[in-house]
Amino acid sequence: MSDDRTFVIIGASQAGGWVAQTLRNEGFEGKVILIGEEPYLPYERPPLSKAALLGEVTVDSTYFWQADALKEADIEVRLNTRVTAIDRDAKEIETDGGERITYDKLAITTGARVRKLPIEGADLPGVFYLRTMEDTLAIREAVKDGTTAMIVGGGWIGLECAATLTKLGCKSIVVEAADRLCGRAVTPEISDWMLNFHTGHDVDVRLSTGIEKFEGDGKLERAVLPGGDSIDCSIAVVGIGVIPNVELAQDAGLDIDNGIVVDERACTSDPVIVAAGDVTNHPNDLLGRRIRLESYENAQNQGITAGKAMLGTAEPYSEIPWFWSDQFDANLQMIGLPQDWDETATRGDVAANEFVTFYLKDGVIDGAISVNNPRDLRVGKRLMQGKKPVSAAELEDPETKMQALLKR
Amino acid sequence: MSEIEYHAVAKTNEIMEEDVKGVFVGDEEIAVYNVEGEYFATHGVCTHENVGLADGFVEGDLIECPLHSACFEIKTGKAVNPPAEIDLKTYPVKVEGDTIYVGIEK
Ligand SMILES: Cc1cc2nc3c(=O)[nH]c(=O)nc-3n(C[C@H](O)[C@H](O)[C@H](O)COP(=O)(O)OP(=O)(O)OC[C@H]3O[C@@H](n4cnc5c(N)ncnc54)[C@H](O)[C@@H]3O)c2cc1C
Ligand code: FES
Repeated sequence: MSDDRTFVIIGASQAGGWVAQTLRNEGFEGKVILIGEEPYLPYERPPLSKAALLGEVTVDSTYFWQADALKEADIEVRLNTRVTAIDRDAKEIETDGGERITYDKLAITTGARVRKLPIEGADLPGVFYLRTMEDTLAIREAVKDGTTAMIVGGGWIGLECAATLTKLGCKSIVVEAADRLCGRAVTPEISDWMLNFHTGHDVDVRLSTGIEKFEGDGKLERAVLPGGDSIDCSIAVVGIGVIPNVELAQDAGLDIDNGIVVDERACTSDPVIVAAGDVTNHPNDLLGRRIRLESYENAQNQGITAGKAMLGTAEPYSEIPWFWSDQFDANLQMIGLPQDWDETATRGDVAANEFVTFYLKDGVIDGAISVNNPRDLRVGKRLMQGKKPVSAAELEDPETKMQALLKR
Repeated sequence: MSEIEYHAVAKTNEIMEEDVKGVFVGDEEIAVYNVEGEYFATHGVCTHENVGLADGFVEGDLIECPLHSACFEIKTGKAVNPPAEIDLKTYPVKVEGDTIYVGIEK
């Protein structure tokens, strides 16, 4: 039986790609059009600050699906195409080329864009952001051994970038406005660990510091700090957060609140429109609140949910948030978004960069962060999921077999 | 069919139930598992990116990759959830006394 419906997806990255694949995996036989502004097939962003910036992987190897696989799945991919408007009454979208495409169902997976640094000189050549493959290729091009790199923002992107540029032979300086690293995401103890770790790898970290302006004659030459001190540098990478791309949805009258508001099945306030990935504000049953995540796993799994929702077969999506980051030889992983824990338990050896810290609330795990210990973190995730009672003392005890805690 | 050669890779008491150990046979990285007292072996590297599964997490008869949480069936190597889409290679295993042997094609 043929299906004459057309499902359109705006944003051809991780979430959008998974929506498209899911439609086919679930047997949808209508037309699937995946529209993206970037010149590349959907690719993984995590390598952009890691292996791709190091030059260890090719652009092709970051694609989620190679061109022939997308073709075989009969997914019509339109790259270099920006959607400029959604007309919900006519069920049409309009592209920057002036084309109008009618949809039966629509998915919005427009992700997020970088927040710009609002200072003088931020538009000088040599000042970069890091969100797209083009950004990574441009930074690689600009990096020479011995380059001094000014990294603005001590969050995940800034710290990964500092680590990778250091590995490439740069002198990395990180300036962070807050008094600790990664303050929005991790606890003060982990911030302290990060500071020691990066300092120990020759990264120059300056907390409670901002950049007043960038200066240079036609290109970046120095960063001026408040008070007038200046630091010579030939590149800068700004990582001060992202803004969800909600404008299309907003102009079309969908509910917005720090992201496109969706329900647990990725449905927006319009019954024929779903949304997934970095752009959504969604309910999380396990945490008991609404969240907007910027994570690989969420883009994938909420994308899969959104694809199923377009076919009416979605189960509610609610998972413990999970995130990872690679910095030098440390693999950090985090579960949950711990807020007001009453106890912490650290297992392993912090000084040896191999440990996991659990955050406990009312005797159950509310979140955890691990450094070079993904396995204990995964057991912790199951303990958290099952709301299993555990004590800080037993988690800290090296004699405790983590897996045994699951079996009780 | 090419011939299979068995290599001693571990002692049975080195791999607890629901656990995994990484071993090398020559250049081949292999993960050896204990599922309910029975031993199995798969290629030791996730098919998504190059990450060792020996740091992964065994739950029942599944191994979960430590990096992006793809899961594979230990007995068949089948990739059961994304982001991995390619199945893992599996190897025959035999136990003699307290020694675990993994069979590799010659
Ligand atoms: C450098 C970097 C490193 C990261 N590392 C990690 C990590 O280690 N672990 C982790 O869990 N997560 C990591 N992430 C986060 C993860 O990559 C994102 O959460 C994920 O990419 C979100 O996917 P998405 O599809 O929702 O949005 P995006 O990837 O932002 O994609 C949205 C797409 O929509 C397109 N688009 C937007 N508007 C329009 C329009 N009007 N018309 C057409 N196209 C449009 C954009 O061009 C873009 O291609 C990292 C991100 C970056 C940038
Ligand atoms: S490397 Fe195993 S899931 Fe990505």
